[in-house]
Amino acid sequence: MLNEPHTRRSFYINAINLLASLIAAALAIPAAVYLLIRPKGAEDNGLSEVADLSQLTIGKPQEVIYTRKRLDGWHKVTEKASTWLVRTDEHSVTAFNPACTHLACPYHWDAPANHFICPCHGSVFSIDGKVLVGPASRPLDRYVAKLENGKILIGSEVEQG
Amino acid sequence: MLHPVLKWIDDRTGLISAVDYFLEEEIPASAGWHQVFGSVAMFAFLLQVVTGILMAVNYAPTPGEAWESLRYIVTQVAGGSIIRGLHHWGASAMIIVVAVHMAQTFLWGAYKKPREATWIIGVVLLLLTLAFGLSGYLLTWDNRAYWATVVTTRITALAPGGSILLRVLGTDGNSIGRVTFARFYAAHVTLLPLIMGVLILCHVILVRRHGVTPAPGDEHRPKKKFFPEQVFKDTIAIFLWCVGLACMVAFVRVPLEHVADPTETNVSPRPEWYFLFLFQMLKLFQGGPLEFFGAIVLPGLAVAALVMMPFIDRGRLVRIRQRTGAITLTALAAIGWGALTATAVATTPRQIEDESLDEPQAWQLIPASQLAGIGAFRAGHCASCHVLGRSLAGPDLLKSVSVKSSDWLMDHFRKPAPDGPESDLPTAQLRALVQLVTKRDDNATEAWKTAPAGPVQGAILFQANRCSDCHTLNGEGGKLGPVLNGVRERHDRAWVLGHFSDPEKFTPGSNMPAFDNLSDPELATLTDYVLSIPK
Repeated sequence: MLNEPHTRRSFYINAINLLASLIAAALAIPAAVYLLIRPKGAEDNGLSEVADLSQLTIGKPQEVIYTRKRLDGWHKVTEKASTWLVRTDEHSVTAFNPACTHLACPYHWDAPANHFICPCHGSVFSIDGKVLVGPASRPLDRYVAKLENGKILIGSEVEQG
Repeated sequence: MLHPVLKWIDDRTGLISAVDYFLEEEIPASAGWHQVFGSVAMFAFLLQVVTGILMAVNYAPTPGEAWESLRYIVTQVAGGSIIRGLHHWGASAMIIVVAVHMAQTFLWGAYKKPREATWIIGVVLLLLTLAFGLSGYLLTWDNRAYWATVVTTRITALAPGGSILLRVLGTDGNSIGRVTFARFYAAHVTLLPLIMGVLILCHVILVRRHGVTPAPGDEHRPKKKFFPEQVFKDTIAIFLWCVGLACMVAFVRVPLEHVADPTETNVSPRPEWYFLFLFQMLKLFQGGPLEFFGAIVLPGLAVAALVMMPFIDRGRLVRIRQRTGAITLTALAAIGWGALTATAVATTPRQIEDESLDEPQAWQLIPASQLAGIGAFRAGHCASCHVLGRSLAGPDLLKSVSVKSSDWLMDHFRKPAPDGPESDLPTAQLRALVQLVTKRDDNATEAWKTAPAGPVQGAILFQANRCSDCHTLNGEGGKLGPVLNGVRERHDRAWVLGHFSDPEKFTPGSNMPAFDNLSDPELATLTDYVLSIPK
């Protein structure tokens, strides 16, 4: 009996904490899902035609501007994009994502020196994308590249080199 | 016995003591369940802030794009329809609890001296809550929102200084565009939350200053502490409010009509349910000065009466059972409000189940002749030589539009292979097939691959019965009869079904022939097809 006010008080406090936690969780879970899970329809956007294989010379990387379709949030956009194409032999080609793997600056081909160089922090990559000089720590990223009737098609997803 | 870290924080900021100051507040012995609504209202506001911010991270605040991004939120983003549901129904639930909070304060006479300022700020908070509802309504930029806001701005124009008010809203009162949209958005997410936040703070500080209103007799009874008993009751109330809201979110779909269309003539704009009583009341005051009275004077007087309440009723605080005047007044207001709202609801045309959230399928967008052609392709065993997407015995028909002459095509369809059997398809279907292979676009190509059998059958009937001689559907057909796109928004299924057999009965003077030659299943298929074509 002596304890009654005390138990009642702790019941109130426990109930407040329980209900408040339930409410917080009921809101926090959908909020986290909403913010963190990738929206539907943002997956692979298919292949884009970028160039004819005959335009490329073996051993001479070439930057190609092409048009691709992409779902940008709630908008289907047709936009210009670029890729570095390297023809490796008669029947194969590599398509590099044009962003340095360090901090995504656009790198370019230094023809006299025969390597890719990034102007921002001086990373240097070989013609097959390997790191020659840092600070970049991994090779250039690629797109899936396919040949169809002499045309080069590349995918939309960046893959680690 | 504070934790050292908490003590350090409290020594430097006073944060913990400030919370304690509020929790340790002394409240009258009579305080209890009837005083929980203020806390619920405050929680409702905070929930609107949180869900509003979550909406904003995926929302494009410009006309047109607003609707697209909202559709993206509810159809593409995980949990998006929950967040929108919470914000939408949360607004309604907040208005309910704010109204109940005000009714409680009024019934118990809590506005009396010295709490006049608390009451007046409360009235302003009610008006702000309604302003949130009004400004947020436009932000979906669907047809309903657009037209309701056009009407609202027109009513605004009736007020004294209405033309200045319209300029503030960025409209001439005839149409709503980018500027008005931006003003509504700015009000909804910057101005109103700011004012609301400050006034809620003032409201709470004033409640603390004057204390929770006691009932007569409380002066002889020992006071209670706010924490934990009253906080417990407040939490229970908030929890129940949340459960109600969660049920609404889970079981009632938030409407999103098709995107705002200023050229649409077949709309009956309605405001949100909490404004329906005003809408209905306006119907009682139609024309000229009466309209001004109903739209401006009467609501103005009502607000003035609310603000002046503490100065009109200056009697001493009495028990609620003795406040018969207040109880009668509240009951009358509730009955009046309820009757007006019920009448408005009863006279609202039944909403068509809205399908605009789902993108129309390709087959819903192509002319009936092409869809019938797809039916002919499937029925005529064409696929034994022509495989879509591949070149086999016959060429791949998806590769390019046929350039063969219609005569060649008709002969080919009648007798596809020199040594094969003749086709048994009726000529009308063969013509449809010509339409398909010579005039198809991307939608027709997509429909060729994906159209379900039901609508294809409907399109064949549509074509065989020459409906398109008089009616246009998806841009093809005659102009003698009405366009059939969006017919589902004008008529229900029973109407369309019955209309085929006896047009005169449904549209006196109609010159449409009766199609009583069709069997019941055929009529049903045709009806479903016509009703499935979007606007």
